[in-house]
Amino acid sequence: MRHRRSTATLSVVGVVALVATACGGSSTSTSSNSGAAPSVPKIPMASSVGAGEGSLNLVNWAGYAEDGSNDKTVDWVHPFEKATGCIVHDKVGNTSDEMVQLMKTGQYDGVSASGDASLRLIYGGDVAPVNTSLVPNYATVQPFLKNRSWNSVNGQMYGIPHGWGANLLMWNTKVVKTPPTSWGAVFDPNSPYKGKITAYDAPIYIADAALYLMKHDTSLGIKNPYALDQKQLNAAVALLKKQRSVIGEYWNDATKQISAFESGDLVLGTTWQYNANVVTSDKKVAVNTVIPSESSTAWSDTWMIASHAKHPNCMYKWMDWIISPKVNADVAQWFGEAPSQSLACQHTAKGFCEQYHAADQAFSDSLYYWTTPTRHCLDGRGNICTDFSQWTQAWTQIKG
Amino acid sequence: MSVATAVRPRGPGFARGRAVSAFLHRHVWLRLVALLSLPMLWLVVAYLGSLGAMLVAAFWTTDPFTGAVVHHTTLDNFRQLVTQSVYRTIALRSLGVAAAVTVIDALIAVPVAFYMAKLASTRAQRLLVVAILTPLWASYLVKAYAWRVMLGRDGLINWVLQPFGLHGPGYGLVAVTMTLAYLWFPFMLLPVFAGLERLPDSLLEASADQGAKAWRTFRSVVLPLLFPALVAGSLFTFSLSLGDYISVNVVGGTTQLAANVIYDNITTGGNLPFAAAAAFFPILVMVAYLLVARRTRALENV
Repeated sequence: MRHRRSTATLSVVGVVALVATACGGSSTSTSSNSGAAPSVPKIPMASSVGAGEGSLNLVNWAGYAEDGSNDKTVDWVHPFEKATGCIVHDKVGNTSDEMVQLMKTGQYDGVSASGDASLRLIYGGDVAPVNTSLVPNYATVQPFLKNRSWNSVNGQMYGIPHGWGANLLMWNTKVVKTPPTSWGAVFDPNSPYKGKITAYDAPIYIADAALYLMKHDTSLGIKNPYALDQKQLNAAVALLKKQRSVIGEYWNDATKQISAFESGDLVLGTTWQYNANVVTSDKKVAVNTVIPSESSTAWSDTWMIASHAKHPNCMYKWMDWIISPKVNADVAQWFGEAPSQSLACQHTAKGFCEQYHAADQAFSDSLYYWTTPTRHCLDGRGNICTDFSQWTQAWTQIKG
Repeated sequence: MSVATAVRPRGPGFARGRAVSAFLHRHVWLRLVALLSLPMLWLVVAYLGSLGAMLVAAFWTTDPFTGAVVHHTTLDNFRQLVTQSVYRTIALRSLGVAAAVTVIDALIAVPVAFYMAKLASTRAQRLLVVAILTPLWASYLVKAYAWRVMLGRDGLINWVLQPFGLHGPGYGLVAVTMTLAYLWFPFMLLPVFAGLERLPDSLLEASADQGAKAWRTFRSVVLPLLFPALVAGSLFTFSLSLGDYISVNVVGGTTQLAANVIYDNITTGGNLPFAAAAAFFPILVMVAYLLVARRTRALENV
């Protein structure tokens, strides 16, 4: 009996450990960083680019590293591998937050970071400054994308601008007969499309609600959807909680949204042009997209190199390759975004660069780019704003 | 060839080997240590070590901007988990789903296993075992996505129900429960089947001889003897359901469960300490469950 008991205890311990490891994931802790006012860690910058190391590990948005597996004619990875000998292994990140986490593992050489990831990576010491003189194609990048707050610190570039665009409102034209013109379409608790509306599943989506409130409830005094004090955040959270009753499902995996639109389970909601392009090319349902009257949250992406990249030369070659005019044009057209390379417009289809306002700085400035919310308000109101960890907690509250 | 007659010369190595084995024969403890040290090292370092590291991490915090872990001991994570009502709601919802999955699986498993163990021919029994085990070979994700397709607007379930003017549950909690009940069914069936096979037919006959009807026999003879097997099966279905976050993402619509809180805090929230603190919930539940299960002696059936 004693013997039996001890085996039972042992198996109890074993199963507990199993459950715990399955639930908890690894508990690797990153280098300790003080929580005080952020200062940029000193990371050395490359001074030359040598021969490729034969391999390259990327974290990127869906559609940024196409090797022909989605569409045989869309392939800029194999030509790169041929030209440089760097074999590309890409890992798609569904949200900026996921990308930051992936980069913290130290297994990747570079990342296509949006503005809400880039600064966290810079201040976290996860990415190195970029020597733009080693990236020849950088010279002809659109000037209004250089030295911006989301890709540089104190005049030092931390990456190479890739492209930019707005988050769009997409709808199924068969079901939604009147084309929506306002984000109000997804925030209407009495929507006729209840249960078939979608929203982006990430804390940064709170900014979409804040942008809507900024334009429609001026008493809240929101100046920047990424700079919300507690009262403004509460208002955005309340709006999103109300929205939850009409949501069919949230998405952050592009393929999940694409399949749900194609099956008719979703008919209306925020999207990327890429998702709309794939739905359209699959020809199962007809969709359309618009930048609503309130303008939009948006992203501006930057290729950054990891501070401990194992294949830095390949990464520098990739950064130059991805903004070379022809390739940058291909990526921009495949994803549906404005190319960062000014010469790319010579390779795009007629009217493409006009449609995406590729050279239109005024249009670009009218968008609200993803930015990490911090206690120090981005609109200069002082230290009264809610930070990203509060947004994360709020997102859990919203989903209930 | 003259292999058969060749005798290997017994060199000095042989003598040394004998000496070692004689030494080990005399020292039982040493033998045990040599035998168990590697597996114990694995258990202690890999299992308990990582568990311990996680539990310690639950008391740390993160830099809100860079997401880097700050080694500053605090109870804030637990305070948030306990005081914010949303986490209570999620915890209760997760327990509800895990319990529902367990009950559904038990209700289906008992009659199926009874048929397999007591009524079916040997051939039918084998076929049924194969039929129930085969889905285990398919990937979890494939099965979850198959349910996503079936539960969709134009999916199989709506297609079947439409003629009766009914609708399927759509994506949501009911869909999650159905999917999990399907996924973990074999884990309930196998222990119950094994338990019933061990139940001697003579007991059923004796009960019938005493005039007991089928239900009475089931309640007074089968169920008490089967109980430990049911508890063993429930350990699997309950703990697997409690730890699941993928099915919820695939067919859950807008709902989230306890494991999603953990997962989201790792992947999107970038808050490992909070995730570690949230992981205390399933651990505590399962420890309590195992302690209760041990009293039924069900663990001997696992």
